[in-house]
Amino acid sequence: MPEAPLLEVDGLVKHFRLGGGLFAGAGATVHAVDGISFTLRQGETLGLVGESGCGKSTAGKTVLRLLAPTAGAIRVDGADIAALGRAAMRPYRQRMQVIFQDPYASLNPRMTAGTIVGEPLENYGIARGAAKRERVARLFDRVGLRAEQMAKYPHEFSGGQRQRLGIARALALDPRLIVADECVSALDVSVQAQILNLMIDLQEETGVAFLFIAHDLAVVEHISHRVAVMYLGKIVELADKRALFHRPLHPYTEALLQAVPEPDPQVKRTRVVLKGDVPSPLDPPSGCRFHTRCPIAEARCREIEPMIREVAPGQMVACHLR
Amino acid sequence: MVTTILVEEEPDAPPRRWSLRETVGRHPTVAIGLVILLLLAAMAIAAPYLWTVDPLRISPAFRLRGPSERFWFGTDHVGRDVYSRIVYGSRISLQVGLAVAVIATAIGLVVGLVSGYVRWLDGFVMRIMDGLMSIPGILLAIALMALTRPSLETVIIAIVIPEVPRVVRLVRAVVLTLREQPFVEAAEAVGTSFFNTLRRHILPNAVAPLIVQATYICASAMITEAILSFLGAGIPPEVPSWGNVMAEGRQYVLVAFHLIAVPGAFLTVTVLAVNLLGDGLRDGLDPRLRRRL
Repeated sequence: MPEAPLLEVDGLVKHFRLGGGLFAGAGATVHAVDGISFTLRQGETLGLVGESGCGKSTAGKTVLRLLAPTAGAIRVDGADIAALGRAAMRPYRQRMQVIFQDPYASLNPRMTAGTIVGEPLENYGIARGAAKRERVARLFDRVGLRAEQMAKYPHEFSGGQRQRLGIARALALDPRLIVADECVSALDVSVQAQILNLMIDLQEETGVAFLFIAHDLAVVEHISHRVAVMYLGKIVELADKRALFHRPLHPYTEALLQAVPEPDPQVKRTRVVLKGDVPSPLDPPSGCRFHTRCPIAEARCREIEPMIREVAPGQMVACHLR
Repeated sequence: MVTTILVEEEPDAPPRRWSLRETVGRHPTVAIGLVILLLLAAMAIAAPYLWTVDPLRISPAFRLRGPSERFWFGTDHVGRDVYSRIVYGSRISLQVGLAVAVIATAIGLVVGLVSGYVRWLDGFVMRIMDGLMSIPGILLAIALMALTRPSLETVIIAIVIPEVPRVVRLVRAVVLTLREQPFVEAAEAVGTSFFNTLRRHILPNAVAPLIVQATYICASAMITEAILSFLGAGIPPEVPSWGNVMAEGRQYVLVAFHLIAVPGAFLTVTVLAVNLLGDGLRDGLDPRLRRRL
C-alpha cells in the first residue's frame, strides 16, 4: 500500500452503559462495537455488512465522532480524533460527512431544501448570500435536482429526492470521506439503483471514500471495493469484494451469502441455515462470538477468541478453522 | 456525469411559505378568534370613546337597574354603569392574559431549552419546577397579596409562577424528542455549533406546540385573574375588572342577574376566542399540515 490510508480505525470499542442513574445502581453494558480495525483509502468504498444490531451503525457514528468511542484510535490522515472535543473536531467534520438512513427524519421539516444544503457552507463561512445560493444550486445540479426546488420544503420531495438532498448536504464541504449509513435501505429498489449510481459517479468525479453501511448484500456488492462483515460488534471477515463474494472463508459470511435470494429457480442451492438468534450484546458469548450458531464449531471455539488474520492475500478472517 | 439520472416525477408546486391569508382560509376558526380578539383589543384601547362614562362614578339613585337605554348593561349595587365597567375591565383581562402568556412562555422556553439540552442540569432544574408546580396558584396569589399591596403586577406575578413549570415541561419534552432526531445529528455532522443547533433546529420545531400552550396559558390566566378578583385577592376592588364586577354582583344575583351574566359572557367569549386562535395556529404553523389533506 504506497499511500497512507485516509482513515485508519484501530481497535475501536464502543460500549453503552444502560441505566445506572442516581438511584438505579450499576447498569448493564451493551458491547455494541468491540475492537474493530480497518483502513480506508482515498476513492475507495468499504462495505460494512451484518445483521441488525451487530453494531455497524454504531461503528459508523463513532468513526464520525457523533458518538464518543470507549477505546481505540480513529486516525484521519494520520491524526487521532478519538479523544477530540467538540471544538477540536470542527476542522475534521469538514473532511468527513454522513448520509443517513431515514431521508425523512434527517431533514429538518421547517427548513427549505436550499437552507438545508447551504447550512454546512454557512457553518464554515465558505459562502454567504448570493455566492452561497449559487453553490447550493450547483450542488442541486450535481445530485440531479433542479435549482428551482431550493425553495421547497422536505415534505414536498419524494423519498429518493430527499436522499439526494442528504447527499448534496454531505457534498457541500467537499469531504474526503462519507459514511453512508443504510442510505438506500428506506428506498424503493428502482430508486436505490439511481442513488447508488449517483454515489459511484460522485466518487469517480471527486475521489471521495465511502464507508458504506448496509445489510443488503446485493447493494454492497454493487458499490463496494472491499467488504467487512460484522457479527456482534466484531469484524469476522474483511476482504476484497470479489474474494468475499466468491470464496467466503468465515462460516458466518457463508451463511449470509447463502441467505441472498437467488433469482434463477434452476440453480441448485446448498443452504446453511443458522440456528437460533443473535446472542445479546449485553452478554456476548465467550471465545468466538459466533460459536453458538456456527455449524462447524469445535471445543476451542468456545474457549479461545480467534484473532483476525490474513488467510489468503487480501482476505482477513477471524476463525480458528480457516 | 456519465450516468443519466431519471428525475422522479413530481408536480412542480409553487414554493409555500406561511401566509396569514392561507391559514385563515384553511381554518375559519382562526378568523373568528382573531376578529373577536381584535374587537376586544380595540375596545380596550378606545374605552373612553365608546360612549362610556366614568366607571367609578356612583349614582345611588339608579342602583341595581336592569339594562336600559341609558345603562346598556344596567347598573350595580352603588349605581355604577356596568357597560363602562365591562369596557374598561377588558383592559385588565387582556393585560393579564397577554402579560402572563408572554412572561411565562419566555421564562419557560429558556429554562426548558437548558433543561432539555444540558443533561447534567436537568435533574436539578426539574426538581425546582416540581416544587413550583406543587404550589397551588390561588394560594400563592393570596399569600402574595397578603405580603404586598394588591396590584396588577402582583396578580401577574402570582399567576406566572405556577404556569412556568408547565411551559418548562412542555419545552423539555419537545427538546428531548427533537435532540434524538437524525436531522439534529446531521446538523452536528455538518459542523453546526451548539447555539445554532438550538436556534435553527430545536427552536423552530418547538415553537408550534409552544404557541398553542401560550394561548391556553393566556386563557387560563384571564380566568384565574377573575377568580382572584372574585375572591377579593386580586386586582384592588376599586379597579373595574370582570372578576371584580362579578364579585360585587354575586350578592345581588337574584335581583340583578346581569351583574354576573354580562361579565361572565365577556370572559367566556374572550377565552374561547384565544383558544380558537391557538388551535388554528398550531395547524397553520406546521409546514407538513399546510397542504390541504
